[in-house]
Amino acid sequence: MTQHDSIANEASASRNARGEGAGRQYLSFFLGGQEYATDILRVQEIKGWDTVTRVPYSPNYILGVINLRGAIVPVVDPRVRFALKSAPFDSATVVIVVRVEGARGERIVGLVVDAVSDVHSFSAENIQPPPEAVGSVDQMFVLGLANLDDRLVIILDIERLVISSVLGDTKAA
Amino acid sequence: MSIDQEMEEILNLFFEESFEGLDTMESGLLTLDDGSHRETINTIFRAAHSIKGGAGTFGFMEISGFTHSVETLLDEMRNGTRGITPDALQVLLQAVDVIRDMVRSAQAKQPIVMVGATALSSELIRILAQKSASVTSAAEGAANLPGNADASPAAAPPEAVEIAVNGIPPSGPLEGWRIAFEPDSSLFKTCNDPMRIFDELANLGTLEVAAHTAKVPPFGELDPTQCFLSWTLLLRCTAEHARVAEVFDWVDANSKIVYEPIYGAAGPAAAASRPAADPPQAAVQRSVTPSDAPAAQPVAGKSGGESGSLRVATEKVDALINLVGELVITQSMLGRFAEKYEAQDIESLRRSLAQLTRNTRELQESVLQIRMLPIGFSFNRFPRLVHDLSRKLGKKVELKLCGENTELDKTVLEKISDPLVHLVRNALDHGLESPEERLAAGKGDTGTLELNAFHEGGSIVIEVKDDGAGLNKDRILAKARERGLVDADAQLSDENIYNLIFVAGFSTADTVSDVSGRGVGMDVVRRNINDLGGHVQILSVPGRGSTIRIRLPLTLAILEGQMLRVGKEIYVASLVSIIETVQSKGEDLSCVAGRTELFKHRSDYLPVIRLYDLFGIEPDSRDITDGLLVVLEAEGRRVAMLVDELLAQQQVVIKSLETNFKQVPGLAGATIHGDGTVALILDVPGLVRTFLERQSMQYGRAA
Repeated sequence: MTQHDSIANEASASRNARGEGAGRQYLSFFLGGQEYATDILRVQEIKGWDTVTRVPYSPNYILGVINLRGAIVPVVDPRVRFALKSAPFDSATVVIVVRVEGARGERIVGLVVDAVSDVHSFSAENIQPPPEAVGSVDQMFVLGLANLDDRLVIILDIERLVISSVLGDTKAA
Repeated sequence: MSIDQEMEEILNLFFEESFEGLDTMESGLLTLDDGSHRETINTIFRAAHSIKGGAGTFGFMEISGFTHSVETLLDEMRNGTRGITPDALQVLLQAVDVIRDMVRSAQAKQPIVMVGATALSSELIRILAQKSASVTSAAEGAANLPGNADASPAAAPPEAVEIAVNGIPPSGPLEGWRIAFEPDSSLFKTCNDPMRIFDELANLGTLEVAAHTAKVPPFGELDPTQCFLSWTLLLRCTAEHARVAEVFDWVDANSKIVYEPIYGAAGPAAAASRPAADPPQAAVQRSVTPSDAPAAQPVAGKSGGESGSLRVATEKVDALINLVGELVITQSMLGRFAEKYEAQDIESLRRSLAQLTRNTRELQESVLQIRMLPIGFSFNRFPRLVHDLSRKLGKKVELKLCGENTELDKTVLEKISDPLVHLVRNALDHGLESPEERLAAGKGDTGTLELNAFHEGGSIVIEVKDDGAGLNKDRILAKARERGLVDADAQLSDENIYNLIFVAGFSTADTVSDVSGRGVGMDVVRRNINDLGGHVQILSVPGRGSTIRIRLPLTLAILEGQMLRVGKEIYVASLVSIIETVQSKGEDLSCVAGRTELFKHRSDYLPVIRLYDLFGIEPDSRDITDGLLVVLEAEGRRVAMLVDELLAQQQVVIKSLETNFKQVPGLAGATIHGDGTVALILDVPGLVRTFLERQSMQYGRAA
């Protein structure tokens, strides 16, 4: 099995398990001026930005590792990953800590975002399937698009994003 | 918790206990080799009995059925009806293996394969059938063994044993049973009431009960929870032995019960004539001749196997609970300062912090203690292995185990077990000579294999020592030259020659056996040991034997670390891998082929690793003479690593990078600094490997 397949399998397994219930809650956040959202059940906590320790031989979108109460947790910068404009690291910069199910069990990974926005409820009919390409974010990482007061919120497939980032490069990157 | 889950847990408990029981049976059977002991047979029997019972309860009928026939054989040995023959012991040992396989398949939720059991069953039946032919002498052998005779209840007259033993149908019809029932004093504590047993027996026929009160102490000293009584029961019925014995099922494990059948007129006379004729023979016919069997000494204690769970001594847990209690007190002391703080409190704040430091350290040590297990868990399997192998190889071997109580980390223990097995097999196959060769060399015909474990500094040392022929340097060297592992004219030190046996594909055995000689293994042994952060050393004296000495860290959870700084980044290197640190003056550096930099360290030229280059760090300076060269050793190779500065040495707790991230070449894990930031731990062997691979790639490209 290629690495890409394994990533896809890991991600799709968790996607199916979630089902498509009505009125799920999503945490939205900003990356390079655009609002994105992720299933709130995946989010373990939100913490302020702190120093990371760089890890050699890692791709540039892995900023390094942090100590999260004794666990060594990698931090991914999706802005680098999607080649978005990066806001400077300041007191508003936050790390969303997510928990994802992988083939080897649960992983905890931090995502750096410009700012956390809000918690929204979207029912299944509010979410449209993703078009071929959404800005610079590869379709592979998009679960769907939601409309919120005429604003567009992109719902990310956080498992796939995190697992592909942490395990290494994929053809989509 | 759902019923399923609960059931699953109970099942797992059964599996765990069955494996323990099997280990107990195995080590017990191996002691029976050296003369019998009633208590040992009882222990073996009890283990088999619980496995049978458990398997029956959970519906593993194959297991309980097979174990039952094993139990029958053991039962006959236990009540002295059968002698302990090497033949029967071998079958019983094989039976242990078969049951273990069956339990394993049951655990893996796979259908239980009956092939082994079926084959062995016929063997068991054969042995059980031999009874009538050979039993007379065997039984007397057993009955006259000192251990047995002592333990036999005095109430049972010799004839009684004889008759029960024989099973030769006396001429008269079975009229009933005389049962001597002497329960253990703990009978009442196991919730057994003799009255119920007697009631049950009375259902089978007419029962006469005579109680023996000789052991009952004076009233003042009487403990009413203990049973001091024994009984002689006279049961007149036609029920079979099995039916009668069934009544005692719950108490037979810790009671002395002797069944004596009562026959019609012709029986007793025939039996009575027997004992007079035979005893002189009996003394000679000890069923096991000690020289047949290796003097394997089993280790006390049970094996926990390599499962994910851990059995922890209660004291260790209690110590932890106490420490946590203290920690809570310290925490509340410190908590006070957060509520109201005044300048004069600084002294008591300091005191509380000192206490916190001590608590934390003690807690850390105790928690690590939990993972420490005695190496006996691993040594346990060797008596059986040596027994089987020496038999197969036709060698006489005495196995000595020392330092079984030396503790080491569970993970290390699990990973060292297989390499140890390999080393022991090698020692038996290649090290020790056959009895003839030994005699010819002027040594005793029985070789000694010694397994020894002890603590030395922060490490555990395990030695596998034999008094065999020692390593043959010339032969090793010749083989190595033949295989092109060494240049024909190369001069090697003894140590280097011995180390050749660790090279993959190397074997001096002329014939490949299923014991060893394929040349795979020693390289794996060394790699496993290196992976654990240990190293292995060979000492050998021709004609006197060889010793393989393994040195391992006590735990994989904590590392004696040396902090190194390169640019703004801090890394930790294991202190044991650092030979020394030197500053280069420049004249001791040279360059080979314009690529590899070499540093002359004493008489060696060491390749220089620039860590900043390898890890892509911006260093303070790229000039070797500005920085420090840390001389590292891994897998027998030395390199000099350039860093900017050495910082403190400290114990660090090793955290996995892989749990949430992935394995990174050159890194063994991460640790957490006092300020909460993460520092990465260098994997020195990996680093050296990566570096040398890179170098050879560069050579490849240049060529």
